[in-house]
Amino acid sequence: MTDAATTVILPLLAVHEAEVLKEWLQRLRGDVGFAGDRMREGELQGQCTRFLRELRTGLEAGAATIDSGAFGNLRDMLADLSASRATQGFSPRETAVFVFSLKQPLFDVLQRHGQASADAALTANWSIGLLLDSLGLFTMEAYQRTRESLIVRQQQEIAELSTPVIKLWDGILALPLIGTLDSQRTQVVMESLLDAIVQYSAATAIIDITGVPTVDTLTAQHLLKTVSAARLMGADCIISGIRPQIAQTMVHLGVELSVVSKATLADAFALALSKQGRTVTRVKAAAPGTGA
Amino acid sequence: MDRIPILKLGSALLVTIQVDMHDQLATALEEDLTSRIVECNARGVLIDISALEIVDSFIGRMLDNIAAVSRILDADTVVVGMRPAVAITLVELGLSLNGVKTALNVDRGMELIRPQLIAGDDDGD
Repeated sequence: MTDAATTVILPLLAVHEAEVLKEWLQRLRGDVGFAGDRMREGELQGQCTRFLRELRTGLEAGAATIDSGAFGNLRDMLADLSASRATQGFSPRETAVFVFSLKQPLFDVLQRHGQASADAALTANWSIGLLLDSLGLFTMEAYQRTRESLIVRQQQEIAELSTPVIKLWDGILALPLIGTLDSQRTQVVMESLLDAIVQYSAATAIIDITGVPTVDTLTAQHLLKTVSAARLMGADCIISGIRPQIAQTMVHLGVELSVVSKATLADAFALALSKQGRTVTRVKAAAPGTGA
Repeated sequence: MDRIPILKLGSALLVTIQVDMHDQLATALEEDLTSRIVECNARGVLIDISALEIVDSFIGRMLDNIAAVSRILDADTVVVGMRPAVAITLVELGLSLNGVKTALNVDRGMELIRPQLIAGDDDGD
């Protein structure tokens, strides 16, 4: 594929590298999406110089596609570059344009200094275009990967943030769940609940699902897993805060929780207290007139 | 072959698992415990697994078996001190030990089987 590129482009690149570099930098800076303020001047130039050098090394080694070993350094460099741009907040366009904007300078140099016949020049242009396209796509892939890993990390952080275990009383814990319960979150919830059961030597845990938007069969299964694990540690679980619509959906779906459940956290707390032989009473009778 | 000691506490038996269980040890424990329940006329069995870090489905089933056998012999089984990681593993294995009573520590476990023990004492008198 790159035979034409190697024979035609490589000699040109060797001689006119400075010219290509200058035009490329100009194009990069002139691009509407270019965010020059986020990068130091020398940094961009350094990246461009290194890219051209690695590209030449690859072509000299006769690499046919970007997957070949000769382009290993170039791939590493592009991966680093797109990763750093993704974390710096560059847009996909700003990242992709780095590679794609090299096409025009190369074409210009080919036009101006090329000795080859029109046919050979066309083939060379086509194959260098293909090569740059695949490099550009590779850059975007790396960029996307970095963004995705960022999202995954944030998801983990959210999962950890949103599972607080609260001590309500001696031996009574509350676990207010907020958001959808998937298997990954269930794992985090379960671990923090079980650790808290040990830490506070709790006998009762109240799982409040007021903040869970939907309860389907899978969510119910996750809840039951948590309940079973807590029971294995010797703690009883009470589920509270099932909203009316959710209760209806659960019945329609045939979801059976087979756990003690209460409508509100307050009811569940009262039950947990009574299990300990405690009850909540008024200190003294309300003064006449203030009551109902 | 080493065996897990079974201590008699009144009319209850206390088993403290201090080493990692391998299958042979588990089978031996099951047998020993069954005969000790009959020998001592025990009404309650406490199995302390607070030192147990690794469980597999076999150990899980053994706990279930012990509970079932002691139920037949009229003794309550309480598994106490399970670690969080062990609890999660058992649940993920699908073993929720429904027939077994559980407690956080030996103290609570004793409280749980006390009614049984008192009833047993009354029978003896």
